[in-house]
Amino acid sequence: VNYARRLGGGTGVAGIIGALQPPCLPARPAVPQATELAERLAPALQAQGAGVRVGIDTVSVPAIAESMARFGERFLARLFTPQEIADARAVEGEPARHERIAARFAAKEAVIKALDLPEAGIGWRDIELTRGPGGRPFLALHGRTATLAQAMGVREWAVSISHERDHACAVVVAVLGADAATPADGGH
Amino acid sequence: MLRHPPTAGTDFSDPFLTLSDLTMSDTADRIRTILAQHAKLAKDASTLTEDADLYQAGMSSHASVNVMLALEGAFDIEFPDHMLTRSVFSSVGAIRSAVEELTGA
Repeated sequence: VNYARRLGGGTGVAGIIGALQPPCLPARPAVPQATELAERLAPALQAQGAGVRVGIDTVSVPAIAESMARFGERFLARLFTPQEIADARAVEGEPARHERIAARFAAKEAVIKALDLPEAGIGWRDIELTRGPGGRPFLALHGRTATLAQAMGVREWAVSISHERDHACAVVVAVLGADAATPADGGH
Repeated sequence: MLRHPPTAGTDFSDPFLTLSDLTMSDTADRIRTILAQHAKLAKDASTLTEDADLYQAGMSSHASVNVMLALEGAFDIEFPDHMLTRSVFSSVGAIRSAVEELTGA
């Protein structure tokens, strides 16, 4: 299956990446970023059939608590969506809230690992851990990150989170092999 | 761009020292101070060369977020999403060039 053709006619990977760049980018990060991304995207775009990518991350809960104490609201507002903050505040007690924030941080890192995007320049709030019916966690991607995941052929995400006192972790699975017309933002 | 191998401090006895070198060095030292407070490095941040790899020196991705928030506060800047990459926070020199880009220095 030629995903590049499905995605954009004759534009190819470079065209897709070019379209993702906001017009106001300074020259220095834009040029190597586009090249690196195109190199990374190519194998996924050329992949035959479905595949999966997995990402996992472990976070220290006390370290998250320390960041929240040091930077206050700015730490939360910069990294987490209003829904994520509301979900964390819905539990009783500071330790439980810290665990929830830590798990959400781990989920964001795990997504970046799953798609191998440390150099993509991913906005933290573009990756949201939210809850579906019955309280099951699921991932919602937004903005440029959603576009990028779709361009990489992500059809569906699965996520599981865990925390135990000092540690929180998240594992995410990206199911590849998407029809380009399918939205990549998470819902089921 | 540097005429010398990167060093941690500024050699004020250098007869070729320029104002630009001094500004660079001031920014780099402010960055080292922030790294000492937030990066949780295994080594003394004041001895970091411009190109020393901070992740190899023990900075976790979570610590790099603390560094980012501290830099934003100290330099009154906001890193746009496209600069939130591993490499932008990978060394004193990389951080300095990002900060200078955002402050217009």
